[in-house]
Amino acid sequence: MTEQEVLLRVDHLVKYFPIMKGGLFPRQVGAVRAVDGVSFDIRRGDTLGLVGESGCGKSTTGRNILQLQVPTSGHVYFEGVDLVALKPEPMRKMRRRMQMIFQDPYASLNPRMTIGEIIAEPLIIHGIIPKKEVDGEVERLLSIVGLNPAYANRYPHEFSGGQRQRVGVARALALKPSLIVCDEPISALDVSIQAQVVNLLEDLQQKFNLTYLFIAHDLSMVRHISTRVAVMYLGMLMELATRDELYSNPLHPYTQALLSAVPIPDPMVEEKRQRKILVGDVPSPANPPSGCRFRTRCPLAIGICAEQVPEFREVRPGHFVACHLVK
Amino acid sequence: MADILKVQDLETHFYTREGTVHAVNGVSFHLKEGETLGIVGESGCGKSVTMMSMMRLIPSPPGKVVNGKALYQDKDLLQISDDEIRHIRGSQISMIFQDPMTSFNPVLTIGRQIAEPLETHLGMNKQQAAERSAEMLKTVGIPNPKDRLSDYPHQFSGGMRQRAMIAMALTCNPQILIADEPTTALDVTIQAQIVELVKRLRDDMGMAIIWITHDLGIIAGLADRVAVMYGGYFIEEAQVKALYGDPQHPYTLGLLGSLPRLDASGRERLTSIEGLPPVLYEKPKSCPFAPRCTYRVDHCLQENPPLMTVGVEHRAACWINPSTRRERQ
Repeated sequence: MTEQEVLLRVDHLVKYFPIMKGGLFPRQVGAVRAVDGVSFDIRRGDTLGLVGESGCGKSTTGRNILQLQVPTSGHVYFEGVDLVALKPEPMRKMRRRMQMIFQDPYASLNPRMTIGEIIAEPLIIHGIIPKKEVDGEVERLLSIVGLNPAYANRYPHEFSGGQRQRVGVARALALKPSLIVCDEPISALDVSIQAQVVNLLEDLQQKFNLTYLFIAHDLSMVRHISTRVAVMYLGMLMELATRDELYSNPLHPYTQALLSAVPIPDPMVEEKRQRKILVGDVPSPANPPSGCRFRTRCPLAIGICAEQVPEFREVRPGHFVACHLVK
Repeated sequence: MADILKVQDLETHFYTREGTVHAVNGVSFHLKEGETLGIVGESGCGKSVTMMSMMRLIPSPPGKVVNGKALYQDKDLLQISDDEIRHIRGSQISMIFQDPMTSFNPVLTIGRQIAEPLETHLGMNKQQAAERSAEMLKTVGIPNPKDRLSDYPHQFSGGMRQRAMIAMALTCNPQILIADEPTTALDVTIQAQIVELVKRLRDDMGMAIIWITHDLGIIAGLADRVAVMYGGYFIEEAQVKALYGDPQHPYTLGLLGSLPRLDASGRERLTSIEGLPPVLYEKPKSCPFAPRCTYRVDHCLQENPPLMTVGVEHRAACWINPSTRRERQ
């Protein structure tokens, strides 16, 4: 592998949400540990898939990277600059280089604006092109994402879910970003439409040398689109490796169970599969288990797992695991 | 095995301000004893409406079942009295739904809700019903079942609620279980738990299952037979291995191609189906899939293909044989 430039480095990112109690004089009685010390990096042009079950903190990680929420502690370096330490004005300038595509194409577009206005808004706010060129640019962006430029005067409700998601992609592309955080961009779409949007994202990545953080719970889709994959559980990373390494040689018991739970659309394969079925539910992030977060559901847990948080360490070149049992 | 359910020419319309929506357009199928039938399709294809029509659960207005029969134990479910259908729904054909939060009454305890059909349909007294309810909760794998009977639905997690709903549906030993996307709202590890649970209960209790889903993955390991729906029609129907191994309708082919596989070797481009699923304001004269179909010929625009036999227990509604790209003989 050629050494590409690291575009984004996340270093011990932590985000706690306080739990408040009492009406008039609320005081903090605890914290939801949504993200609890997550570190990874993404090289330019790569796609890092971030997978995990609902509530594991993967979306919070995405939002904290873009500084849409202020991290409790930790650092986020974008092209070497620590975003957490940045003042609002330079951060605003920086933000045009990183954009986000949201899960719900119904909630993420303002219903009172035409899609032309929605896509033009970032162009006007950041003032990167003269006013009279905005309309032309909007048309260009619409055609890039496969929508008819004549649709610019229509409102979001006139479009289907897949088309709205294309509008979201066009808006994200408007400022020519280098990094796009895709937060479950296809989960709300029908199967045949999902493939359309994923193919579009892949084409755009090639064309504009984009870097993606692709947050999703669908492991088959993450396998398809990612170059590297990180697995998250209850606010912590369990495993991170290149795509082929992670899917062919998963080392963490949680990754193994996750992969084994994904159905494969082939009855001949399904017939022969032996499933590792996890028992129980994900514990609450307000009161996570001591030691390894996964130990309460882990089929292999031993004494040390309850006492010590396993270190997230590189067990082979490029393959990181947080498990006491992996040598 | 004998057929326990036979649906013929089912047709359902919704009368809306924009016009009459033809949601189900003459669907016929049968279900054998102990068999699992998967019905696959995207949102709006009519898969849920087909089941709701059969069970007489279509809100009217705006909806109306305009034609068809649903024969169960020599009775037409669409003709029998309200009391009879209520009895069948409660005890012989039960349903589980996608969202276990909205399917439970939030102000009644779980125990009350599981016990209700036992008292109404099987005439048990309170104590017997409570015992049987606890037993059912145990069967579906809920720890401390006796204590959990007095819990309210919000005290259960999503996966447990779905288990409790399965307990409620199976408590009267139904002959048929209709599962309408029961795992869509759940995480993949919990989904695997629920699928295993349903498989085990099916083998123990011997009921037949109709499993509705948009996920071709789940159905592959679960169903004996699969039907694919599009635009209110069954467009393909076959034994599970034939459907995945030798799909005969371009839409089925497209759906399978648009799914990335966990066990794929490389990173092939997904074959997407361009365009959007239709909303039918009138009964189509051409194939409803024709506007999105890459195999389309003139015949497809002139005449809507009926379900034709294309192999052993394999039917498809397409004029074209996708492997030869020629019209079927």
